[in-house]
Amino acid sequence: MENRYELNKNLAQMLKGGVIMDVTNVEQAKIAETAGAVAVMALERVPADIRREGGVARMSDPKMIREIKETVSIPVMAKARIGHFVEAQILEGLGIDYVDESEVLTPADDLYHINKHNFKIPFVCGARNLGEALRRIGEGAAMIRTKGEAGTGNVVEAVRHMRTMSADMRRVKAAPKEELMSLAKEMNAPFDLIEYVWQHGKLPVVNFAAGGIATPADAALMMQLGCDGVFVGSGIFKSGDPAKRAKAIVEATTHFTDAKLLAKISEDLGEPMVGIEIDKIAPNERLAERGW
Amino acid sequence: MVNIGVLALQGAVQEHLDSLQALPEVNAIPIKKAAELENIDGLILPGGESTTIGKLLNKYEITPVLIEKIHAGFPVWGTCAGMILLAKHIAGEEDAHLGVMDITVRRNAYGSQLDSFVAEIMLPVVNSAPIPLVFIRAPYVEQAANNVTVLAELSGHIIAVEQNNLLATSFHPELTKDISFHRYFVKKVKQAYYA
Repeated sequence: MENRYELNKNLAQMLKGGVIMDVTNVEQAKIAETAGAVAVMALERVPADIRREGGVARMSDPKMIREIKETVSIPVMAKARIGHFVEAQILEGLGIDYVDESEVLTPADDLYHINKHNFKIPFVCGARNLGEALRRIGEGAAMIRTKGEAGTGNVVEAVRHMRTMSADMRRVKAAPKEELMSLAKEMNAPFDLIEYVWQHGKLPVVNFAAGGIATPADAALMMQLGCDGVFVGSGIFKSGDPAKRAKAIVEATTHFTDAKLLAKISEDLGEPMVGIEIDKIAPNERLAERGW
Repeated sequence: MVNIGVLALQGAVQEHLDSLQALPEVNAIPIKKAAELENIDGLILPGGESTTIGKLLNKYEITPVLIEKIHAGFPVWGTCAGMILLAKHIAGEEDAHLGVMDITVRRNAYGSQLDSFVAEIMLPVVNSAPIPLVFIRAPYVEQAANNVTVLAELSGHIIAVEQNNLLATSFHPELTKDISFHRYFVKKVKQAYYA
């Protein structure tokens, strides 16, 4: 099992510097692959639609996921509800490459996340700060992403979460060893993982940005803040010209420090998705608050 | 000092840079633009998604420059996705990427992530000790032309090949602590210039 977890972390390493795109059907999956996505996230509704339509959001129809898997050659990911280990078992049974235990779907368990050590398939989980990231890793997540606020086209929460994670890591790294147990207590994080961060100055897994990324500049911003890559959910297929925007976000994620190139990449992309201001969202409708 | 570049468009770039830096007298440099190829003596094409890296190679016009250099003897090593980029033929697909190595590769040849695995082989030309091999959604070589040297096979599949200035491996030495393959490539780079 030790090898398996290493292999699962290794796949996330192969995704670094890349863009993982939400797709809801075979056509979108093809557009994503053609644009240069490193993986696709198969789901029935993008977060912006889940947010608008409400109701319980669940794992997608396995048929749709299977069709997407048959269409593209890049890795396929799909979402399971927080704590819904049977949805995760079904996704593993489909033979896809990664499960996202996601706050974008309605949580199935209000106390416990999935025990991801029980699975052969790798998991990616959302986090708002270091403690939350380390709790998910403690449960077996092989990859972390910021939660951001999905379906808003507003990058502010992803920035907040990434900055919080970096600040938390700087604090752990700078602490003398005798303070680590108290930091583990304060951050509600497993001690051995706090110790890992103290020794290495980084997470033991790859960390992507997610939740509200809508433009090439947003993607480059998250890369400059230290993320290893980006997830784009509603930002592509809720925009005026998905193929063009998808390609531009891929290029911006590679050339994230080259301002002149970013200017060129950002030109003439058509309408971006309409964004939502975070304080216009009722606190109980904020997806990032789901999970703990 | 030998300057070895790692193509830094997408994928496990840092891991290769770290492995190279662990070798004496090697300067490891991430490469994003065609012009930067002039500063290096050899190049590693890392693991990642070959479709993504291939598109970025074309978009930023690195492909023709790199092909020309390779034909002139520039040493290149492709790991996993990098092997796919080098291959002249990709099974089941019409187009190749750089298309410089006389091999036919099959992408995701072992299956999905659930089929990723680790193994170990003895390869005396590279290392006197066993070499750990990490396969992540790995390709393998289905066919190699007569002018291609098969370095290693595993369970009947070709997983490491060499053709003049080119080296390709299905697996990822950069994900292990073993730096013998990096040493082997650096030796190859040195030979290309001083032989």
